[in-house]
Amino acid sequence: MVCVIELDDVRVRLGQREVLCGVTAALPERRVGVIGANGSGKSTLARLLNGLVLPTSGTVTVLGDDTRRHAARIRRRVGFLFTDPDAQIVMPTVAEDVAFSLRRRKLPREEVERRVADILERYGLAGHADHPAHQLSGGQKQLLALCSVLVLEPEILVMDEPTTLLDLRHSRLVADVLRELPQQVVVVSHDLALLADFDRLLVLDEGRIVADTTPRAAIDHYRKLMS
Amino acid sequence: MNGLTGAYVPGDSPLHRLPAGAKLAGLAALCTVLVLLRAPVAMAVAALVVGVLFAVSGVGAAAAWAQVRPVRWFAVALFVMQVVFADLPSAITSVSRVVLAVALAGLVTLTTRTVAMMAFLERCLSPARWVGLDPFRLSLLLSLTIRSVPVMADLATRVREAQRARGVEWSVRAFAVPLVVSALRHADALGEALSARGLDDHDEGTGHAAP
Repeated sequence: MVCVIELDDVRVRLGQREVLCGVTAALPERRVGVIGANGSGKSTLARLLNGLVLPTSGTVTVLGDDTRRHAARIRRRVGFLFTDPDAQIVMPTVAEDVAFSLRRRKLPREEVERRVADILERYGLAGHADHPAHQLSGGQKQLLALCSVLVLEPEILVMDEPTTLLDLRHSRLVADVLRELPQQVVVVSHDLALLADFDRLLVLDEGRIVADTTPRAAIDHYRKLMS
Repeated sequence: MNGLTGAYVPGDSPLHRLPAGAKLAGLAALCTVLVLLRAPVAMAVAALVVGVLFAVSGVGAAAAWAQVRPVRWFAVALFVMQVVFADLPSAITSVSRVVLAVALAGLVTLTTRTVAMMAFLERCLSPARWVGLDPFRLSLLLSLTIRSVPVMADLATRVREAQRARGVEWSVRAFAVPLVVSALRHADALGEALSARGLDDHDEGTGHAAP
């Protein structure tokens, strides 16, 4: 199996606090989940994968590139979905926000319009294309944020607590979308049901991987840790 | 809020199809004409022209009203002051001038996508490259400003609700501090999201290095 993500003795220190303490892992699986208590280093781990955070020491290699040397190139190949969609929607209307992602690709206008229409249709937002983004519901905003990432056809998708602000219906919708995505997906979440059928789960505690196994075993370990 | 957030109203009218640059040039020309008009009768004709333009655009009466609604009290105050300190014809002319100019600017917003406006601004700002500024980033500022209006309004509403829940609704400090903190947090998250979407893709190694 080709390892698309490799972390080698990664340490991240923020101020006086060591957020990640010597994390080593190779992640070739298609769907990888990360769970852990608040402040365990999950979000920092996710941000390492597309170069938003660089390690204090150790190396993070994604698709053969070291994030320290090629952060920008990696960000073009690794999509990132944040918890709060409001923070990542930058254009006033739905279609414009998705089109904005393609801005740097210098594609012909017709091609941009076709790709935007296709992805909005696929995720049920076609009827909202010209609506102001701030008028969408929380679930629709998260879908829009997802469309804006997926329109770039990233090779890897990293999601930081994508269902935290969603109701049950929209959480299920995101779970369905995740199941069908062809690319590798790394999801950080407290939503154990979302991760239950993943290929592999990592449990983080105080900046260390304390379990790295199947979802069932990892969730059991996490529950014991939290009890 | 619609007027402020630049709610584009989709359509296929001649005004929608006109390039953003032509619409902005037309707006500048019509506003100049408004400044030059002196007689109330001329203003009535100008109002008719603006009405026809709105009708041609097909944006609807509600969208049209949303453009001038924010200046209604200013218009009333201006009218009263002009009547007191000048005369009735001057009051009619001055108020009409302001309201019609705002309506015309709103019409441009309602019939122009933000991306089209950004592309035009980017072309206009291309000489800024000579002094090391990125025209794309400058035009992005416009879009982010428009997008931030409803976000800030939402943050302010949440802070107000929290104030009411804690019974400190008259405290300026209890309103300002959480609002500023929330706004800074939002700005931080927005900056990170822009990086994640490849806004730094011409720079290599631009992640936030852990110290």
